[in-house]
Amino acid sequence: MDAIILQFLNGLDKGSAYALIALGLTLIFGTLGVVNFAHGALFMIGSFCAVTLSKLFTLSFETLDPTRKDFLGNPLKIKTPYVEQWFGPDTGAVLIDWAVPLAILFAIPIMIAVGFIMERGLIKHFYKRPHADQILVTFGLAIVLQELVKHYYGANPIQTPAPEVFRGSFDFGTLLGFDPNVIIYPYWRLVYFAFAAVIIGGVFAFLQFTTFGMVVRAGMADRETVGLLGINIDKRFTIMFGLAAAVAGLAGVMYAPINSPNYHMGMDFLVLSFVVVVVGGMGSLPGAVAAGFLLGILESFASMNEIKGLIPGIDQIIIYVVAIVILLTRPRGLMGRRGVMEE
Amino acid sequence: MLGLDKKDMTTLLVVAALVLLAPFILNPFPANSAMAQFNAGYPDLMQRFVIFGIFAIGFNILFGLTGYLSFGHAAFLGVGSYSAVWMFKLLSMNVIPAILLSVIVAGLFALVIGFISLRRTGIYFSILTLAFAQMSFNLAYSVLTPITNGETGLQLTLEDPRILGQTATESGGIPVTNLFGIEMRGSETLYFGDWSFQFSAGYYLCAIIMLISFYISVRIFRSPFGLMLRAIKSNKTRMNYTGLNTKPYALAAFVISGMYAGLAGGLLASMDPLAGAERMQWTASGEVVLMTILGGAGTLIGPVLGAGFIKYFENIFSKINESVLHSWFSFLPESVENGAVWVAEHFVGGGWSLTLGLLFMLVVTFLPGGLVEGGQRIIKLFRRRKADDGAEQRAAKSHPAE
Repeated sequence: MDAIILQFLNGLDKGSAYALIALGLTLIFGTLGVVNFAHGALFMIGSFCAVTLSKLFTLSFETLDPTRKDFLGNPLKIKTPYVEQWFGPDTGAVLIDWAVPLAILFAIPIMIAVGFIMERGLIKHFYKRPHADQILVTFGLAIVLQELVKHYYGANPIQTPAPEVFRGSFDFGTLLGFDPNVIIYPYWRLVYFAFAAVIIGGVFAFLQFTTFGMVVRAGMADRETVGLLGINIDKRFTIMFGLAAAVAGLAGVMYAPINSPNYHMGMDFLVLSFVVVVVGGMGSLPGAVAAGFLLGILESFASMNEIKGLIPGIDQIIIYVVAIVILLTRPRGLMGRRGVMEE
Repeated sequence: MLGLDKKDMTTLLVVAALVLLAPFILNPFPANSAMAQFNAGYPDLMQRFVIFGIFAIGFNILFGLTGYLSFGHAAFLGVGSYSAVWMFKLLSMNVIPAILLSVIVAGLFALVIGFISLRRTGIYFSILTLAFAQMSFNLAYSVLTPITNGETGLQLTLEDPRILGQTATESGGIPVTNLFGIEMRGSETLYFGDWSFQFSAGYYLCAIIMLISFYISVRIFRSPFGLMLRAIKSNKTRMNYTGLNTKPYALAAFVISGMYAGLAGGLLASMDPLAGAERMQWTASGEVVLMTILGGAGTLIGPVLGAGFIKYFENIFSKINESVLHSWFSFLPESVENGAVWVAEHFVGGGWSLTLGLLFMLVVTFLPGGLVEGGQRIIKLFRRRKADDGAEQRAAKSHPAE
C-alpha cells in the first residue's frame, strides 16, 4: 500500500510536467491548427531561464583579503556576488537562494516574446501548408534552438537547486498513519504539483470566464464564423500562442531543480508530450491534462520493481504501449471530439 | 532497355556513371594541396553517400509516393544493423547472408509496425511511427541488452562461434567482413601525378547494390503500383469511394521502404561491423526525412542528391575549426574578421547540427520541392528567357508563346 502511494506521488510531478506541456501543445493545435514540434524546445528554454537567472545572481567580483591567507600563503580571494553588494548581504543571499522561483517573473516576458516571434516570424506562414510541412519546419526550429543552447551553455546538465526551505523531504506517510520515513516526498515536488495545478486552473479559468477566452473558444470551434463577425481572431490566436509558450516555459523553470537542465531535455519531453496529447484527444484541453497525469502516474507505477520483475523493461515503453493501444481502440483519444483534427 | 523509357534510362545511366566514377569525381583536388580538405573521395565517406542514398531512396518510396510522413524510419536501419552484426557473430563474415537477414528482419519489423501505424493517417501516423521508433530505441538501451549490448553497442568478439567461418584469424585477430574472400576494407590506390584515387571493394559493393535499389525504385515509380501509391497521396478518400482498399498498397510501400532501410543498416554494419542504439534515435529519422526533402520528395534522383549533399557537408563542416575560419576571413579588417569568425563558428565543427536545423527550416520554407525543383526553376528561367527572345522576334507576326 505504501509503495503504491509513493509511486502515485512520484508520478504526480512528472505528470504535472507532461500535463503543462501537453496543455500548451493542445492550445496551439486547437487555435492555430499547427503541429508544433518546437514546443519541447520552449520547455527547455524555460529551464534555461532559471539557469540564467541563478547564474546572473551569482555573478561575482573578486576582492583580496590581506588579513587572511589561503593554503599557498597568498592573500585569500573572496568572491562577492554583485547582488550582495547592491542589496546588502542578507537580501542578496535570499535572492540567490530563491533564484528559481524568481525566474518565473524573468521567464514570463521572455517566453511570451519568444512565442510571439515564433508565431509571427515563422509559423504564421505555415497555416495553409500541409501538416507535414509544419512538422518539418518546427522540427528544424527545435534543432536550431537546442543547438544554440548547447553552444552557449555546454552539453552537460547544469544543477539548479531549489530554495533552501524546499530542499528537505516531507514525511507524507505520517499524515496517513504509516510509520515515519516510509513515504517521504521532496517538498519541491509538492510545490511543483501545486504550481502546475494553479497554472492549469488559471488557463482554464481564463478561457472559461473571460470574454477574451470566450472568443478564443468560439474561434477554436469555428474560426471562419468568428472572423465573419468582425473579430480579429488571428490576433487573439497569436496571443494564445504566446500564452502556450509561457505555460511551457514556466513548466520548464520550475522543473529545473527536479531535473538538471540539459540541452536535449526538450526533445525528450516533446515526444512524450505528443503521445500525451494524442492519448488525451487532439484539441481537447481537459483530455491533455488528464492524460498527462495518467501517463505520468502509469510510468511511475511501471518502474516499481514488482512490476518490472513481471514484465521486464515495461517502465521504458509503458507510455508508448498505452498510446498505441488507445490510438487503435479509441482513435480520437480519451476525450477527443468528432471532427477535431481527424487527419 | 531494362523496361525503362529513354528518359529514365538516361537518369539511371547518369546516376550509374556518377556512382561508379565517384572516386575520380569526388577527388578533384591534388592530395597535398590546400583544397584537399574538400575532397570526399575516400572510401569511408563514399560508402556513407551511397548507403544513405539507399536509405533515402527507400524513404522516398513511402513519403514521396504515398505522402505518409514516417518519423521512425531509423528504427529499421538500426534493426538491420543489429541483424547483420548477429549474422557476423554467428554464421560467417561473408556479407551476403548478413545483408539478406537484415533486409528480411527489417521487412518483418516494418510489416508489424506498418500494420498498426497505417490504421491512422496524417499527423497521427507520424506520431505513431515516432512512438514505435522511440520504443525500439528505449528497448535497445534497456531490456534487450543481451541482444543489443546496450550503450556499448553490439561488437564482434574473439569468442563468437561463426559456424561457417573462422572464430579468429591465424594471427589471433577478429576476421574482417568479406564477400567470398574479397575484404570489404581492402582498397587500391591509384596515383596520377599529384592526385591519388582510392578504390575500395566495400564502396563498389555498396555502389552496385545502390544502383540495383535505384533501378527497382524507378520501376516502382513507373509501375501501376506506383501510380496507385500516388493516387493515395492525392486523394485517399476518393480511392476508398471507388471501392478500392488502399491499405494493402500503403502497407506494401511501408514494408518496401522498411526493407530499404534494413538494407542500408545491413550495409553500414558490413562496412564497419558495429551496431549501436543511437542509429535508431529520432534525430536519425529526422535526418533521412531531411535528405529526401532537400533533394526533392517524390522525384527519382532527389533522395540520392539529398543524401550526398548532407553527408558531404556534414563531413566538410565538421572538419572546419576556428583557425581555418581565421585563415579564410583574413582578408577582412581585424574587427570584421573576428565578427565573421564569431558568426561562422556557430555553424562549423560541432555546430553542424545547427546548420542542419537551419537548412531544414530554409528548405521547407522556401524550396518545398527540394534541389530538383530548384534546378528545374533555374532551367525554366533560362528557357523562358530564350523563349522570350524568340517571341520578341516573332511578336510582329503572331501572339507571343505562353
